[in-house]
Amino acid sequence: MPQPLPPLEQHPFLRGLSPEQLSAIACKVREQSFPAGALLLREGDPADTLYLVRSGKVVLEQNVPGRGPTLLETLKAGDILGLSWLFPPFRWHLDARAVESVDTFALDASCMRGPSPEHPVLEPALAMRLLRQLYDRLERVRLQRLDVYKAGA
Amino acid sequence: MSLDVPHVPGVAGPLTPEPLRVRSLRRETADTWTVSLDVSSRPGGFPFQPGQFNMLYVFGVGEVAISISGDPSRPAELIHTVRAVGATTRALCRVGRGGMLGVRGPYGRPWPLEEARGQDVVVVAGGLGLAPLRSVILHLLRHREKYGQVLLLVGARTPEDLPFRRDLERWQADSRLRVLVTVDKASPGWKEHVGVVPALLRDVAVDPARTVALMCGPEVMMRFTVRELERLGVPDARIHLSLERNMKCAVAFCGHCQLVPYFLCKDGPVFSYDRLRSFISLREV
Repeated sequence: MPQPLPPLEQHPFLRGLSPEQLSAIACKVREQSFPAGALLLREGDPADTLYLVRSGKVVLEQNVPGRGPTLLETLKAGDILGLSWLFPPFRWHLDARAVESVDTFALDASCMRGPSPEHPVLEPALAMRLLRQLYDRLERVRLQRLDVYKAGA
Repeated sequence: MSLDVPHVPGVAGPLTPEPLRVRSLRRETADTWTVSLDVSSRPGGFPFQPGQFNMLYVFGVGEVAISISGDPSRPAELIHTVRAVGATTRALCRVGRGGMLGVRGPYGRPWPLEEARGQDVVVVAGGLGLAPLRSVILHLLRHREKYGQVLLLVGARTPEDLPFRRDLERWQADSRLRVLVTVDKASPGWKEHVGVVPALLRDVAVDPARTVALMCGPEVMMRFTVRELERLGVPDARIHLSLERNMKCAVAFCGHCQLVPYFLCKDGPVFSYDRLRSFISLREV
């Protein structure tokens, strides 16, 4: 008897997927929690997990040699964390640290890489969701890079 | 709204500043100061409506349009918050306690707080855009029962660039409003959000049918925020922006602040987005 999946479909990223698609995407899923201050991702480590943030707050950090870490963006319940598992070399590009205790669903990337002959719509459905996340992120980064508050701006 | 230039005893006309003494200066950030002017000689103090501005004259240097950041229910206190970015504003911030400034105003259309009665109010401030919105928050708190949910979303470049930090702390502890603060960049230890202001709108429940949005900040920030509000379904007519471009005379004589059909000093600085939509993205020549 397979273990029932946690209510993954309630997470905004997966909302609207069919049970079959959901099972395929979450072929290996675990619930994972992190205490405040813990590193969820460490730059350079293997990127093999898509985290769906269920509660708490995570901040993306980039370490700048000689200057230390800079905080880039806050992620919270409903967001996804980690995209570097999508493309080689499958290494995290950023650090991600729990600002407060964080609960996630951790989805194994091996379930999501490549086409799935059993579920031909899975790849486009997942791709569109990831594309939407990347598009929104790109918009935010563009505005952030404009440095609109700079004196005289 | 008609432009009512207040009668000031001993002052010749609408372009003549009234000398007022600096009562105090308080540093907000590295380059921003809050200046309190002594209006005790004026009967009734200096009444204004949230969103209005004054022209502040630094004698022998120049004149600049500055929003009134004080409490509209306390006309005995005339408060402006000034960022030292040019010759006049730098000189203004150097005028010490007891020094004199010339003041004329108040000018401009205020925030539509009557229209917002009974509605939820989303206040979005970017950087020093919080100055003209501080008056709004103080008004909303004083008349809290007349409004629905009140949200204040504040963005700045870094934590050190956040103006009115004492106010923000007080407001964050006040259960009558919800305050979210974000910065573009921060160092470890910063526990609030990092990211752009429009992203904060993803964290709040907004009922577009009963929401009035008020925002002030860099124009590009406002454009992105309008887009997010539109995505949430808030109608353009309920989104209000304050624009502060190149005001010189403040009484619609000179045309320096003209934005196609509008004189920002008289027709604004507060506009609903449905009036601005066609003009706000025009490139300047």
